[in-house]
Amino acid sequence: MHLILFLIFGVICVAGAVNLLVQRHPISSALSLIVVMGSLAAEYLLLGAEFVAAVQVIIYAGAIMVLFVFVIMLLNAGEEERTKGSRVALLFGIPGMLAGSVLMGWVLLEHSGTEAVAAGALPGPPKVIGWLLFHDFLLPFEVTSVLILIAIMGAVVLASRPESSQETRKEG
Amino acid sequence: MSIETFIIVSVIKTVIALIVLLTAVAYSVWLERKVVGHIQNRWGPTRVGPFGLLQPLADGVKFLFKEDLTPPHVYKPLYIAAPMIAVTFALTSISVIPIGNWVTVGGIHTPLEITDVNIGLLIILGITSLGVYGVALAGWSSNSKYSLLGALRASAQMVSYEVALGLSLIGVLIMAGSFSLREIVDAQGGTFWGFIPRWNIFRGQIVAFFIYLMAAYAETNRIPFDLPEAETELVAGYHTEYSAMKFAMFFMAEYANMITVACLASLLFLGGWHGPIGGPAWLRAILPVFWFLLRVFGFLFVYIWVRGTLPRFRYDQLMAFGWKFLLPLAIANLVVTALIVALKS
Repeated sequence: MHLILFLIFGVICVAGAVNLLVQRHPISSALSLIVVMGSLAAEYLLLGAEFVAAVQVIIYAGAIMVLFVFVIMLLNAGEEERTKGSRVALLFGIPGMLAGSVLMGWVLLEHSGTEAVAAGALPGPPKVIGWLLFHDFLLPFEVTSVLILIAIMGAVVLASRPESSQETRKEG
Repeated sequence: MSIETFIIVSVIKTVIALIVLLTAVAYSVWLERKVVGHIQNRWGPTRVGPFGLLQPLADGVKFLFKEDLTPPHVYKPLYIAAPMIAVTFALTSISVIPIGNWVTVGGIHTPLEITDVNIGLLIILGITSLGVYGVALAGWSSNSKYSLLGALRASAQMVSYEVALGLSLIGVLIMAGSFSLREIVDAQGGTFWGFIPRWNIFRGQIVAFFIYLMAAYAETNRIPFDLPEAETELVAGYHTEYSAMKFAMFFMAEYANMITVACLASLLFLGGWHGPIGGPAWLRAILPVFWFLLRVFGFLFVYIWVRGTLPRFRYDQLMAFGWKFLLPLAIANLVVTALIVALKS
């Protein structure tokens, strides 16, 4: 039962990712990304990580992608123009991608336990995750929040117009 | 419980929940028209059936038989999908809302909700945060300036107030120590000094309750925060270009969201299904559900009352109120609650 559901959501996830690249309209691409996020959340749920699954939906599908869609709507972006594709991509890109995925598959198969992790064997409940975040990994967690704060301040600085340029605009 | 009985029980519960919810949606529309009518010194619907009680039925028939117009220049796949997205997410969130204790029917012991999960609150928040897509895509795909403006307003407003809404709930979560709606309700049983119920609003979460109330009004795009569909400036906002059943789907989504919000408020702040229980066994089984539905009804009534009383905000006032007043207040409430809980333990 778990395996069937895992395969179904895996296929949906990959199909969404492929659709993201194939679609020519930015909104359709953004919606495919939401499908990818949603099916990833379902996969986490199957692994017994219910908190991570819920957060995946709330943060990624519910907040970040809303902003993506919002920006696309504001810019009123039209259809993408298709290029015929570069020869470099054909010659090196596709073989490189294949080699990369083979290498990654090999590494994953070689250097991880061959047994699948049982559902619920990894920390899943919110209590356990909260304990890990605020106890074992408190310093990295707080440092990350400072990092995000810096990013927010940077965005504010970039978005605000400097005083002088406003004045010159008035004069001009 | 074997897997077959589980599936059968789940299907039965889903069908019942869906029928009850859709009926409740239809009759909250009736209730709104009736109550707002009386507030404005009118009668509201009176012609169809006694007290206009069959009005929802007549409305439904009308929606079904109206011509389904699709304006030219719309982006058709999303234009059709948007109302479905809105109504699907609005109806799905009822699946994890408990309306009473566990019951035993015909030898099967089952909770009075479609499924009992330990992260019920997070699931509801996730589903409602996805509901914004219905509105956003409707406005964008309609290819009309009023629709687009309405959708932009709606998504900005919903994303902004979601922060205050989420923060107002964390105080309750800290006190209960669980994401499970059932456990949160169980933590509110009993009384102080024998007469004050231990509901969360009487345990110091009264500020959080009012933050939740205001944020929830904004989340569901209701007066005084109904700028996405402000008819004086935007015709009807994001659903301007929709007619017939597609429009009805948006309408149903709005009222289903109102009911979800009312259920959540009752569960989180007003003690869920706790209340005086007595009498014979069948009455003991029904009374918790009755107390719960009474709270939900009261909350819906307040919704309508506010709609009939308050004027609409200006958009900059709405954003300033959300970010500069509600959010700091919610954070302050969270800090105080966390401090008190930490000092007590």
